[in-house]
Amino acid sequence: MTRALARMAAWRLAFTVPLLLVVTLGMFALAKASPFDPVRQYLGDRAVVTSPEVMAQIRENWGLDRPVAEQYVTWLGNLVQGDLGDSRSMHRPVVEVIGERLGWTLLAVSCALVLMLAASLVVGALAAWRRDSWLDRLITGTAYANEAAPVFWIALIVIWLFAVQLQWLPPGGLTDPAATTLQAGDVLRHMILPVAVLAFSQSSWLLLYVRESLITTLREDFVLGARARGLRERTVIVRHALRSALLPFITLLGARIPELVTGAILVETVFSWPGVASASVQAALAADFPLLAALTLLATLAVVAGNLLADSAYVIADPRVRVLGVS
Amino acid sequence: MTATHPTARRAAPESARRPSRWIAAGVLVALALAVLVVPAVVQLDQQLVDLRAANQAPSPAHLFGTDEVGRDVLLRVIYGLRVSLLIGLVAALVSITIGTVAGLAAGTLGGAADRVIMRVVDGFNSVPHLLFGIFIVALFSPSATAVIASVGLTHWTTAARIVRSEVLTLRGRPFVDAAISGGSSRLRIVRRHFLPHLIPHIALASVLMVPHAIWHETALSFLGLGLPPHLASLGNMINDGARSLLAGNWWASLFPGLFILLPTLAISVLVQYWRDRANPRWRSELQL
Repeated sequence: MTRALARMAAWRLAFTVPLLLVVTLGMFALAKASPFDPVRQYLGDRAVVTSPEVMAQIRENWGLDRPVAEQYVTWLGNLVQGDLGDSRSMHRPVVEVIGERLGWTLLAVSCALVLMLAASLVVGALAAWRRDSWLDRLITGTAYANEAAPVFWIALIVIWLFAVQLQWLPPGGLTDPAATTLQAGDVLRHMILPVAVLAFSQSSWLLLYVRESLITTLREDFVLGARARGLRERTVIVRHALRSALLPFITLLGARIPELVTGAILVETVFSWPGVASASVQAALAADFPLLAALTLLATLAVVAGNLLADSAYVIADPRVRVLGVS
Repeated sequence: MTATHPTARRAAPESARRPSRWIAAGVLVALALAVLVVPAVVQLDQQLVDLRAANQAPSPAHLFGTDEVGRDVLLRVIYGLRVSLLIGLVAALVSITIGTVAGLAAGTLGGAADRVIMRVVDGFNSVPHLLFGIFIVALFSPSATAVIASVGLTHWTTAARIVRSEVLTLRGRPFVDAAISGGSSRLRIVRRHFLPHLIPHIALASVLMVPHAIWHETALSFLGLGLPPHLASLGNMINDGARSLLAGNWWASLFPGLFILLPTLAISVLVQYWRDRANPRWRSELQL
């Protein structure tokens, strides 16, 4: 098993390096094609009163006066050494910005993932178990509607309901505006809505998948056998049917990273959550290329890692892949 | 095969037994009529600012209420749907065209060309689409063209995959061998033999792409990276509405969102029905 795993991981990594090179090259080509002058963008209104000499100096400092190929090689060289340049909108090194914000994104996203998994399993199993009942119709109907509804719209409705009408929870941010220190309870209270919305928005496909695959599994002979042996219905569903129905879903989960990133960008922005995903929007609004490029690269790495994780999970979980090497 | 056999039960799709497809078709027709007829018939200006009527809750005079500068939300939703629909259609067309050409080239040429094209597809798929779209819009000015380009450039990969896999199965069919022995050129085989077979697949992919493209337009506009703020698009309207949401004005963002949800849901119900009927095999291939 370890050999098959190692071979696949090596194969994937061999593809990752050229992939990242292509992605970074593409980003630089797009930046080159951009009609915007980053120096003017950076200065904003001050561009009118800034002397050409100062602007030329900034250009030189950023290395913009050199050929684009040279800029790319320099950027790549710095990247390898862990230097991602300075964020032009936040006026700090990109590494510092990401380092400060990544933790908040990981916290929110991992909580959302756990919540989504637990809720989809329970609700999906419930829908499959009571197939074609009103409960099933309500669940699948909501799931389809959720799939079609934009997550930022759901987030706004949730804010209106829980923060404005009921006033149970804060509408956004990380802490209370008046807070001077980071209190765990305060952060937790601010986390509930964004995490719940992110989990809800990502849950449809998994819930429908669990339902569908459980319905198929419930027809199988071994489930019939378990029932015939007089096992409790809950034991049949949880211990026998669900276990075998879940196998392929782990690979699907890893392949859903792009959707998770998209969801995080929108949810973090609506709830003013200070993570890396909402930073990409701020960087884009300010045409802050160094930060935006670094965040795009980070997201690409997350997608590649997700795919690798999914494939390894499959190799570990399915003895057929392990033994025969088929995938 | 008896009627109770599992595969036999699967053959009758759930959607065929429900009336939802009629409701879905009705919703689509109603929305299309609203988008086409209302701007031609109603003599009201959707840009009309009336500060005395600002932030009014839904009432008989303004069914969907008014926004923060007193514009009628219902009227603006219809105009917004028109803009979003138009951009969604063009963006879907762009991405399907690029995807079809790329898929045809990969499937027909094979070999190194196929490998290169499919690696490019992998590359595009490994950057989250919305982030890629944000990247493109950020470097070019936020405009309809930038939004169309960002959706078109990120979403062609799905169509390319579908077209390529179909071409690969078509390549082995006897009539293609016959055409080759008959002296047909590669281009002629593509035009006369591949394309006609691909049309149903391309059509289905296009229909599914439209709601997706609308979603992207609204998401970009909502983030302030899409259409210019004065243009009524559904995303801009939700963004505008979000500003007065904390004051309790739910209608200015609720209704525009509902008009994204309705056509998307209607199209997915119809596509599901059609797919179940036409070809159960497609179910897994076309998940967007």
